Amino acid sequence: MDVFPDITFQFGSYIESFVNYLNTSLDAFFEFIYIVSSNFINGIEQILIGMPWWLFIALIILLGWYFKSLPAGIVYGVFMFLVGTFELWEDMMTTIAIVMTAVIISLALGIPLGVWMAFSKRFSIVMRPILDAMQTMPTFVYLIPAIFFFGLGNVSAIFATLIYAIPPVIRLTELAIRGVDKEVIESAESFGSSRWQMLFKIQLPQALPTIMAGVNQTTMMALAMVVIASMVGAQGLGEQVLVSINQIDIALGAEAGISIVFLAVIIDRIVGGLADKFQKHRRIS
Amino acid sequence: MAPKIQLEHVSKIFGPRPKSVIPKIKNGMSKEEILAETGHTVGVYDASMEIEEGEIFVIMGLSGSGKSTLIRCFNMLNKPTDGAIQIDGEDIVKSTRAKLKEVRQKKVAMVFQHFGLFNHRTIMANVEYGLEVRNISKEERREIAQKNIESVGLKGYEDKYPDELSGGMQQRVGLARALANDPDILLMDEPFSALDPLIRREMQLELLDIQERLQKTIIFITHDVNEAFKLGDRVAVMKDGKVNQIGTPEEILEKPANDYIADFIRDIDRSKVFQAEHIMIQPNALVSMKDGLNVARKEMEENGISSVFVVDRSRHVKGIVTIDDAIQGLKEKKSLQDVMRTDITIVQKDEYVNDLIPKALESSFPLAVVNEENKLAGFILRVHVLSGLAADDVDESDEYQDGLLKNEAVKN
Repeated sequence: MDVFPDITFQFGSYIESFVNYLNTSLDAFFEFIYIVSSNFINGIEQILIGMPWWLFIALIILLGWYFKSLPAGIVYGVFMFLVGTFELWEDMMTTIAIVMTAVIISLALGIPLGVWMAFSKRFSIVMRPILDAMQTMPTFVYLIPAIFFFGLGNVSAIFATLIYAIPPVIRLTELAIRGVDKEVIESAESFGSSRWQMLFKIQLPQALPTIMAGVNQTTMMALAMVVIASMVGAQGLGEQVLVSINQIDIALGAEAGISIVFLAVIIDRIVGGLADKFQKHRRIS
Repeated sequence: MAPKIQLEHVSKIFGPRPKSVIPKIKNGMSKEEILAETGHTVGVYDASMEIEEGEIFVIMGLSGSGKSTLIRCFNMLNKPTDGAIQIDGEDIVKSTRAKLKEVRQKKVAMVFQHFGLFNHRTIMANVEYGLEVRNISKEERREIAQKNIESVGLKGYEDKYPDELSGGMQQRVGLARALANDPDILLMDEPFSALDPLIRREMQLELLDIQERLQKTIIFITHDVNEAFKLGDRVAVMKDGKVNQIGTPEEILEKPANDYIADFIRDIDRSKVFQAEHIMIQPNALVSMKDGLNVARKEMEENGISSVFVVDRSRHVKGIVTIDDAIQGLKEKKSLQDVMRTDITIVQKDEYVNDLIPKALESSFPLAVVNEENKLAGFILRVHVLSGLAADDVDESDEYQDGLLKNEAVKN
C-alpha cells in the first residue's frame, strides 16, 4: 500500500515564528493593550465588588422589570441571591467584569468591521473565511497565543474570548446593514443625505434590531468562553469550575455550574429585552 | 420659455458593461435579444421629453416598461448610461457630487410606492429629515415640518410612528416629507398604487389641490390609465423601455400612436377625460342685450338655428331666446328682455363631461360654457353630453347639429 509521500509542510512552525516575530517586534503594542484592558477589567470589577450586594440585586430586579416583567425581575433577583449563598458572589462579579469587557471591546471592533463589510464587497469576501475559521477553530487553540502575548490572567482570557465571541456581531451587522429596505435607502438618498448621514441617521438605526441579536449571541458566547479561559488564568466562576474538576469536587462544580447558568439566563433575557425595545416600531410595513 | 426639465436621448442599461450595449440597440436589437446575447437589461432606451414648469406630467406603462427606472433618472438614483437631463438648463448627469446633493436637497423631492418612511423615526422626525440633512436649525425645521404635517391633515399624529398609521396616512407623511423641502419638482413613483381605491381617489383629489396651491412641477408614475388621464396635463406612454407617445390625454385618446396604446386606452371612461371645452360648439350667432328681437330672429334664421344666447357687452351670458318666443314676441310688440329666458344652465369650460350629465338632464336648453372670466366660450347641446359618453369620436356629432337643434326647439 502506498503511504503518504515524504513531503512535509511546516505550517505550525511558520505560525510559531510569526507569533514569535509579533511578540518581539510589537512588544510595546501588546504591553499597551495589556495595561489598557487590565485596568478596564479591574475598574469594572472594583465597581461591581464595591457595590453593596442588595443594591446590585435591586438593580437586576429593576432591569428585569423594565425589559421583561416584574415577576421575571424578582426571579432574577432570587437567582443572584442564591449565587451569593453559594459563597460565589465575588467570583460572579469577576466573571461579569470579564464578560462585559470582552463584549464592549467586541462591539467597538465588530460593528465598524461589519459596516465596512456591508459597504465593501471585496473586504467582505476576504473577511468571511477568516470569520469561519475563528468560529470553527477549537477554542483552546486561542489560549496559546493569548498566554504568549499577555501571560496568565484576565487579559489573556479577554483576548481569547474576543476572538471566539466577535464573529456573530460582525456577521449580523453586515447582514443588517445590507438588509435595510431598498426604498428606505433610496428615499434617504433622494433627500441628498451624505454617506455619514445615511449611515448614522438611517442605516445603523434601521439595522439596530438585528445588530442587537448579534450582541446577544456575542454575549452568550463570551460567557461560555469565560469558563474555558479559566485555563489561562481567568478568575471568577470559570476558575471555580476548573478547581472542582481538578479536585473532583462535585459540590463546588454543581454550585459554580448552576451560577453560570443563572448568569446566562439573566444576561440573555435582559439583552433580548433590550433588542425587543428597539424592534418596536421597525416592522417593515 | 425653456422647459423646466429636458430629457435628451436618455438610456439606462443594467449590467456589467452597460455602455457597450448602446450601439447594439442603435442597430435595432430588441430588449430580449440583448438580454439573451449580452446579459444586459435595457431599462430605458432613448427617452426624450420636455416637461414644463407647473405641469403634472404622467409617465404611464405596465410593470417592466421602464417607468420606475426612468423616474429614478430625474434625481440620479439611477445614473443614465447615455443622454442628458437638463433641470433649469443644467445637466445633472454631468454634475459633481456636491452639486447633485444640492439639487436633491433643494430642487427635487420624491414620493415612493411603498412610502419609504423611516420607521425608527416619528412622523415629525420623518418630515424633518430633508431639512435635517441640510443642517437647518431645530426650531426652524420643527416649524416647517409642523406646517407641512398640518397641510396634509395629520395634525395630532406628530409623535406617532409610521407603523401606527394606515397606508393612506403613511403616504400623506411621504408627501409632507417631500414638500417640507419646498422643492420645485416632485417625483411620484406610483404613490397611490398601494392604497385602496377609496383612499386613492381621495389622495388624487388632494394632489390636484396641492398642485393648484403650490404649482410644483410633478412627474407622476402610474400603471393605471384612468389615474394617468385624470391627473396628467400631459401623459407619456412607455412600453419595453421606450416612450411610445407623449401628449395630452385628449390627444392620446383621439389619436393613439399605435395599436398597443389603442388597446391600453380602450377601457377608459371618456366622460372623465373630456371636459366641456372639448365637446362644446363655438357659437356662430349671438345677440347682445341692446339688440332688438328682430336682430335675434334674423340671426337665427340666417344661421338655421332654433335658439340663440343673449350676452352683454363683455360677453357675459344673460339668457337665451328661442325662435318661437322671438316670433311670438314680435307679434305682441315685446322687447328682447321680455321674452328672454334666464333659466339656463351655465357650466365652466374645464368641467368634466361626467359632471355635466345631471345638468344636461335637468336643463331645457343647451348648456352655456363660460371661460375663467365668465365669458361665453361656447355651448353644448344636451344630446352631445349623453352621446359623448359612448362616442368613439366626438366630432362626428357635428353632422347632427341641425336636426338636433330642431329637436331641442320642439321640446321647448
